[in-house]
Amino acid sequence: MHRGRGFRGFLNYIRRNPAFGGGLVLLLALFLFSTVAGLFVPKEGAYPLAAMPKQPPSAEFPFGTDSVGRDLLPTAIYGTRMTLSIGMIAGAIGLGVGTVLGFMTGYFGGVFDTVVKFFVDVLMTIPSFLLLITIASSVPNPEDMSVVRMALILSIVSWVQPTRAIRAQVLSMRERAFVMMAKLSGMSGMEIIIKELMPNLMPYLAISLAGAVNGGVLGSLGLQTLGIGNLREPSLGMTIYWLRYYNAFLQGYWWWIVEPVVVIAMIFIAFLLLSIGLDEFANPRTRRTV
Amino acid sequence: MRIPLSYVIKRVGFLVAVLFTAATINFLIPKLAPRDPVQEMIQQKIASGGLTSEGAQEFGDSLRELYGLDKPLWQQYLTYIWNTMRFNLGYSIINYPQRVSFIIGQTVFWTLGFVATSTVLAFAIGTVVGALVGWSKTSKWFSWLMPPLAMFSAVPAFILALVLIYVLAFKAQWFPLRGGFSATIDKNWADPKFLLDVAHHALLPGLSMLLVGVGGWSLGMRAMMVTVEGADYMTFAEAKGLKGPRLFFRYALRNTLLPQVTALAMRLGLIVSGATLVETMFSYPGIGNRLGGAIRALDYPVIYGIVFFLVVGIAVATLIVDLMYPLLDPRISYSGG
Repeated sequence: MHRGRGFRGFLNYIRRNPAFGGGLVLLLALFLFSTVAGLFVPKEGAYPLAAMPKQPPSAEFPFGTDSVGRDLLPTAIYGTRMTLSIGMIAGAIGLGVGTVLGFMTGYFGGVFDTVVKFFVDVLMTIPSFLLLITIASSVPNPEDMSVVRMALILSIVSWVQPTRAIRAQVLSMRERAFVMMAKLSGMSGMEIIIKELMPNLMPYLAISLAGAVNGGVLGSLGLQTLGIGNLREPSLGMTIYWLRYYNAFLQGYWWWIVEPVVVIAMIFIAFLLLSIGLDEFANPRTRRTV
Repeated sequence: MRIPLSYVIKRVGFLVAVLFTAATINFLIPKLAPRDPVQEMIQQKIASGGLTSEGAQEFGDSLRELYGLDKPLWQQYLTYIWNTMRFNLGYSIINYPQRVSFIIGQTVFWTLGFVATSTVLAFAIGTVVGALVGWSKTSKWFSWLMPPLAMFSAVPAFILALVLIYVLAFKAQWFPLRGGFSATIDKNWADPKFLLDVAHHALLPGLSMLLVGVGGWSLGMRAMMVTVEGADYMTFAEAKGLKGPRLFFRYALRNTLLPQVTALAMRLGLIVSGATLVETMFSYPGIGNRLGGAIRALDYPVIYGIVFFLVVGIAVATLIVDLMYPLLDPRISYSGG
């Protein structure tokens, strides 16, 4: 399936899977925007009173400024960085816990499997966002919530989907011939999981990671939009909280709305393309015909 | 077509487990947090000027007695579960002495109206559009619909709502900017003018949910349609000489409907979470905006009460969808559960 090796081979693959390529490019662009652009634009601009308020986009303020004098360019840069960081930390924890639980329960079964499956089923029925609201609104000093603390709260729910998905894949793979062969050749359970199952499930792990990061970003945006979390730091959700608070619509400050909407839409479209592309990579047989 | 009783019992048992877990979480979280909710309630009440310092002691005692905070923990827990299961969700702090259940009753029908309508419409439109896009015998023009539909499916409804409010309500002024009805109109449900006004206010929040929903349902449907088209029974039906519409509706659509309904059961929670944020954007008088208000005011009994109520609603709706399966697909077997 690979024509050529290394980078050439990768480019050839991207040509056949444009969704994956598009998702990667978008995500890379957002990543560079939030890191490299940050080297040239100081963070101070993302706080109130940093600039003249209520300015439409101009040469001095390319993204405009909000009602309390935040320059919206640094707000976008540092907001993207904060929101993506929260999503990535929560997603990584979710995938880590989900991988351990998914492989353990799927491969070994038993009482542990029954207990974990029960909790996963219950948590699939209770909407994770409502659970997050209950937890995040009850922690002490929500106004000092750091990126890591927000991510830790989100990871309370971010392990559920990965656990479910990975367990289902392990269950379907457990009875396959190559696993039987490995068993006959005397490999232990842990060895089979790490040497045989893991490499075969890599694309599914990648899909789970993309889903978990996406869920983390969505959860953090939702909580911040409702006003839970650190209201001073310029995360993307907080930008939406404040533009609603100061009625940006009624005043016609379109640039204040454009900034978070465009960045957030880019993030979610990147994840959609990435998951479509990864799905195609994992199941090339269902490749679309139209 | 009959649903075995053992399956129903199992599903209802699971529902009870879900509600029990949700209530337990609501009980445990405030106990784990290192803060005294009663003291905070009193301070808020004093700060808002609604309470004198003599009244504070009495208010605190009544709250402690109400929540049974002077009793041992296991007894508090049992009382809490017993109260919660009877929907005795306590009192609002900010709007004391309003009951949480009263607040829910006041707001839930606003939410139900636009969320149920937009969900049903999105499901129907998205399923048909997705099927048409996936069906290889339709015009190639349909495939042009896919990129915008995919985009709508990816973006959260409350982000789309921001754009719709600005473009359609502020710029074009076709819709009101916020609220559930005009401030100038008499609130009389028997008056058709008032009903029209309510519908006018509900259209834009509904549209935000609808566009995102249509995107999601059509995306899933298209993928399934492509798979079904390759199935043996489709080739056979075509070989028999069956024509387009019959092939499309009776053979392809019918067989892809079940996964769609399963997805509906899975997605109810996301839909309700999304509606919460959409309502907040529109300051719509529904339960989601009320939840947002309670969060901003730290009105914990209202937060926990509304969350619990929504969990119950979603769990019951999921149960109903699960029990509907055999009506849609007689192949379903219930032996595994």
